[in-house]
Amino acid sequence: MAFQILLNFFLAFLWMFLQVSFDLKTFVIGYLLGLILIYGMRRFFKTDLYIRRVWAVIYLTLLFFKELIMANIDVLKVILKPKLDIQPGIFALPTELKSDWEITLLANLITLTPGTLVIDVSDDQKTLYVHAIDVPDVQDAINSIKESFEKAIMEVSRPC
Amino acid sequence: MTVIIETMIILFLLLGVFLTLVAAFGVIRLPDVYTRNHAASKSATLGVMFILLSCFLYFYLIEGHFSSRVLLGIAFIFITAPVGGHLISRAAYHSGVKLWGKSVRDDLKNKK
Repeated sequence: MAFQILLNFFLAFLWMFLQVSFDLKTFVIGYLLGLILIYGMRRFFKTDLYIRRVWAVIYLTLLFFKELIMANIDVLKVILKPKLDIQPGIFALPTELKSDWEITLLANLITLTPGTLVIDVSDDQKTLYVHAIDVPDVQDAINSIKESFEKAIMEVSRPC
Repeated sequence: MTVIIETMIILFLLLGVFLTLVAAFGVIRLPDVYTRNHAASKSATLGVMFILLSCFLYFYLIEGHFSSRVLLGIAFIFITAPVGGHLISRAAYHSGVKLWGKSVRDDLKNKK
């Protein structure tokens, strides 16, 4: 992936040297032309086109912000409700993610999700222990959200 | 145009202050460390982010000064606040702070 980005920069500089004009506009045009070239040559690369990964990162960031706002509305409702009828609890959540940074990202996402907070990661890094503010009615919904998070993170780390 | 901008800035500022206030209420009202942590780590994060955002918009759109430090501040808070919440509740759990009496399940207890 990094190789493709470097190659794209190299092609942009090549374009600038061919044009003998060294300003931002020429660079941007060269970069776009290089992108088209790399897209045309995609079958010679081992990995996928890097644009897809960039898109996955942007998607993940937007997901982060959306979840943060949803979580706040949720907490707002719990706090401002006159009657305190929440049922907190800790549940285990198995995860398929392997590397450290993926698990960190997942834990951060879960912490910013409505009503959940990561308390511990097991030593073998296969289970996350999550504290939920209201266990009965979130459990299923949360599991499905986790699926989408894990997918989004996997899309970033290993696109296929 | 200025009216729209000013309304937006005021709106963000009030929203941020309101969320911070609700976070403070939550810390007082909720029953144990973990549930309080929910309020503190979520509402306070978004509240401070909104306040910083309105500060950034004010200086950029009205004073004409682009302050990249405020944007960096937003990014840093966004990254570090959930980690802080996680570490506090983890430290609490491992030093044996009990969950609230009405808690329904505890999978971490039979981990070892």
